[in-house]
Amino acid sequence: MSRIRLFTENQAQQTVEDLYKDIERRISAAQPGLCPVDLAATFLHICRSQSCGKCVPCRIGLGQLEGLIDSVFEGSATLDTIKLIEETAESIYETADCAIGSEAARMVLKGLRGFRDDYEEHILHHRCTAMQNQPVPCVYQCPTHVDVPGYLALVHAGRYADAVRLIRKDNPFTSVCGLICEHPCESRCRRTLVDNPINIRGLKRYAVEHAGVVHAAECMEKTGKRVAVIGGGPSGLTVAYYLSLMGHEVTVFEQRDKLGGMLRYGIPAYRLPREVLDEEIDVLKETGFKVQTNYRISSSEEMKDLQKRFDATYISLGAHTGRTVGIEGEDAKGVVPAVKMFRGIGDGFTPDFHGLRVVVIGGGNVAMDAARTAVRCGAGSVTVAYRRRKNDMTAQKEEIEGAVEDGVRILDLTAPVRINKNEEGHAVSLLVRPQIPGEIRQGRPQPRGMEGQDQEIPCDRIIVAVGQGVDSDVFGEFGIPLDRGKIAAIDTSEILSQPGVFAGGDCVTGPATVIRAIAAGKVAAANIDEYLGYHHEIQVDVDIPPIGLRENDPCGRVEMKMRPPQERIQDMDLMECGMTAEEAKQESGRCLHCDHFGYGIFKGGRIAKW
Amino acid sequence: MVNVTIDGRQVQVPEGTTILDAAGKAGVRIPTLCYWKGLNEIGACRVCVVEVEGYHKLFAACNNKVQEGMVVHTNSPRARRDRRLNVEMILSEHEGDCATCVRSGNCSLQKVANDLNITVQPYKKNAQKDKSDPRFPLIRDSGKCIKCMRCIQVCDRIQNACVWDVINTGSRVTVGVEHAYRLDQSDCTLCGQCITHCPVGALQERDDTERLMEAIQDPEKTVMLQIAPAVRTSWGEYFGMSREQATMERLCGVLKRIGVDYVFDTDFSADLTIMEEGSEFLKKWTEKSDELPLFTSCCPGWIRYCKSRWPAYVPHLSTAKSPQQMFGAVVKSYFAEILKEDPHRLFSASVMPCVAKKHECAIPAMNDACGDPDVDLALTTRELFRLIRSLNIDPLLIEEVLLDAPFAFGSGAGNIFGATGGVMEAAFRSAYFLATGGNPDPDAFRDVRGMDGWKEATFQILGKTLRVAVVNGLGNADRLLRAMDDGKVHYDFVEVMACPGGCVGGGGQPVHEQRFMAAERAPMLYARDQTDTLRFSHENPSIQAIYQDYLGEPLSELAEKLLHTDHESWHMPKEAWRPETVFG
Repeated sequence: MSRIRLFTENQAQQTVEDLYKDIERRISAAQPGLCPVDLAATFLHICRSQSCGKCVPCRIGLGQLEGLIDSVFEGSATLDTIKLIEETAESIYETADCAIGSEAARMVLKGLRGFRDDYEEHILHHRCTAMQNQPVPCVYQCPTHVDVPGYLALVHAGRYADAVRLIRKDNPFTSVCGLICEHPCESRCRRTLVDNPINIRGLKRYAVEHAGVVHAAECMEKTGKRVAVIGGGPSGLTVAYYLSLMGHEVTVFEQRDKLGGMLRYGIPAYRLPREVLDEEIDVLKETGFKVQTNYRISSSEEMKDLQKRFDATYISLGAHTGRTVGIEGEDAKGVVPAVKMFRGIGDGFTPDFHGLRVVVIGGGNVAMDAARTAVRCGAGSVTVAYRRRKNDMTAQKEEIEGAVEDGVRILDLTAPVRINKNEEGHAVSLLVRPQIPGEIRQGRPQPRGMEGQDQEIPCDRIIVAVGQGVDSDVFGEFGIPLDRGKIAAIDTSEILSQPGVFAGGDCVTGPATVIRAIAAGKVAAANIDEYLGYHHEIQVDVDIPPIGLRENDPCGRVEMKMRPPQERIQDMDLMECGMTAEEAKQESGRCLHCDHFGYGIFKGGRIAKW
Repeated sequence: MVNVTIDGRQVQVPEGTTILDAAGKAGVRIPTLCYWKGLNEIGACRVCVVEVEGYHKLFAACNNKVQEGMVVHTNSPRARRDRRLNVEMILSEHEGDCATCVRSGNCSLQKVANDLNITVQPYKKNAQKDKSDPRFPLIRDSGKCIKCMRCIQVCDRIQNACVWDVINTGSRVTVGVEHAYRLDQSDCTLCGQCITHCPVGALQERDDTERLMEAIQDPEKTVMLQIAPAVRTSWGEYFGMSREQATMERLCGVLKRIGVDYVFDTDFSADLTIMEEGSEFLKKWTEKSDELPLFTSCCPGWIRYCKSRWPAYVPHLSTAKSPQQMFGAVVKSYFAEILKEDPHRLFSASVMPCVAKKHECAIPAMNDACGDPDVDLALTTRELFRLIRSLNIDPLLIEEVLLDAPFAFGSGAGNIFGATGGVMEAAFRSAYFLATGGNPDPDAFRDVRGMDGWKEATFQILGKTLRVAVVNGLGNADRLLRAMDDGKVHYDFVEVMACPGGCVGGGGQPVHEQRFMAAERAPMLYARDQTDTLRFSHENPSIQAIYQDYLGEPLSELAEKLLHTDHESWHMPKEAWRPETVFG
């Protein structure tokens, strides 16, 4: 006689597991702008189906709650209903025996607090405050609103130069973004409902690399208006490019030797080769804007002078000052902020770490760049010390995995305590304290040190990558409003107290992504043009190939391949390999074309000009 | 060219042709519901779905293009089943009380369902309940709306009024008013184009037919009714009458049978409008050219649009009342005197191709003749049809009767008021005379005819060049005003009609699925003008008589009182300076 058996899933359960995966993908790609009250009711419905039925609050209460929320939609609810919903949810939370009931109630409470307006709008006016305004997810998610389905269709048709021209209508940094964009466009890609998002960035890279030389668009008639751009990074160059196209005379003032900002002085060459960057900047310069390098605005007088000489000014300083950890010994020799190291590399001074033990402090993308750069500079060992868990790192997952492949050791839950120096004042080790993840606040657990367990990591170099600030003092003196060191510009990139002065990019947002900096430049270009009294429109005469019928059967996403670790760590050359023609054809063919199928054909499928 | 096979028939069509059009060329009919060519090609109803060989999914025929070698089946088992189920789903959300619906017999959903032989409904009925305010001239019934989105498209893309929009999300999506909670609080111009584009009875005008019958049955009231120029082009359509059958005289006979005491022709007051507006223009042109351009003011939809969207141009609107309102004012003063009747006992009604006229006649300041509303009631052409039908009258069995003196007819110039460009042309025929003392060639101003949305012309009068523009459709009006505001165009006189094609395409006219009726109706007005012996407003003997006997001359004090109005006397809901609303 058998006494116990192995648990095996039956077919129904296996199918349910599959369905869970489907719904997980669906939720992860849900379009913003859905009715939050509707979603609250829908989530509650799922929760109800999970109740085991033993306890009253969960078995009966959740059903009653759902009925109450439904009454909000049906029009029979009054404002008192909201109070009853709240009391019922609180009671279920307090009395449910297990998390199935209490957490369901907590979700309802969270919603009531987060979107009470919406409940009230439904009750008082029988309508929702939510608006569907994002018919094509990739276009909307891209901060510059690039016509993604349009250029994917062009890539599929083999019209790469047209694809590049179409992208440049909204984003002049096609090559740069083809390599290093964080691709928010992929985050809500509707293809995720079928299998996985389209590899949009990879296809952009493919288009750029197969387009040949694509010159800048023709400039419009000269206006005689002069615009100063302070800072030649992605945001400043975007402004310079579009305003030059619109016929304005632009001068870019760059404090360093070369243009590019963080693209040159922050992003390592193995991710963005310098020749690619130079070629891209050369194309932008075809529009004729002037450049003054090694020009730093070092006093408010200079700023005043600039304001006199130009009709409008755009401030795009970037965020180039390294933050410190604030621990003892940070002043030791051998301790270097990551921004400083990358700045040196940008100007051609690559550090020699041969045989040295390098420790990187931080968990963001810059920390990963620093660690992987250290590996390529010959370091004997590279260790990343991060105080939270690996999962909590703000660096992109593929960067963390890539660093590990490169041989970087990641010590998570490891907080730096002190940098020990030798007699010459040189760093010799980093004292760290193991951490325990504590209470979750703002989505991440607060780490807490474990007393008496400090460890010493012997090392020769320490690279600090714990954030960057803006060098904005001069502008503050001039009278530009600052917000904790950042330039306080509004979402039109205007500075309210200073007519004619605009700002955008990292110096406004703090360290962010290149695509957000470009978007700020695009917004500023349009608004500066308006400020100067014009209404130039940027458009491109590329016809989009007709969208054919499609079946959309599930098909694997083509991922980008990397050169093997042992090979790529030997040099600073580009580590990512481009797609093959066959891969690009298949991948571009996966696009669901939300510009034609679905809401896109009704509202806002294509933004032809801006 | 692309070769395709549709239901076994081979056909060759140009690249880029939709499956629907290719099927049409192959002689295969595919049912549609939400589709309106060129306006709404969004594939929302999924009624036109077809099976394409090689694909498991079905595709909307209205907005997908044919490809070389495509083999399409429109009546395969899957296509038939899916089309039927989609119509049944739409029916489950549709308040299908056909017997009490104004669109019964002229309803695209009813036709599609009947054509598909749908006799049972498998799904639970779940129609929305909202119905908009029944007092407003335009009424929307959510329960009937099938979310085809045509109203949104015509309001956005043709009229640029952007009143309708998609509201709510998910399965609760419906059509609602943008930037306001209620229609009467919105910028709605009451052009009525959403009604004439609605495939079902979700949108309709307020039905005022009973109010006319009450007046007719009231022994204290003398009922007069004026008939707008554009109504004569369309009133017989629903009866299936030919142009020769559907004459003004037959309509007069019908109205007399119903009990109307006096039937008049709005062409008369169109001529009167020309005298006043033409004189106003000449005065400004010669004396106060800084007050130009002058915009026509006969179209209440345009007035509403101008007031809510371009208030800075309100002072440029002609102060002349519309023909409807001039007629009302004349009837309750001049005509009352002729009749020796107390004007308070006169009931003045109109049949108009227009929904906004219901609002116009209810403007409180439009009471210049005797203190009562100058026009008591405005019916649309569609209401006229329903009224005649409700009285069991077959117009073909009614004899023709001449309209009543002294307003039995107008000039050919007054007649073409009903089409885009007509007001401008009529105005210049008389303005030329008033300025020079001699008549021009009546066809001298023909450049402003035709269905183009934005027409321009220059005319010479007294050696001076006049720049004029004619726009129809509020989207075109908006484009013109924007260009004018940007200093890109300069005109002396601008005619605006809110509805595409002018009043012949008015929002109160009979509804015909997917047909631009203005282009079919306008030639009837021009044909009459061409054969008319009277082609100038100032030569209309009734016009000459009213000035001689009563008004004196154009722009006289009495003419100003009765025939002109202050457009600032009332406000659109969202006009910035004073949030009051006129409830029609």
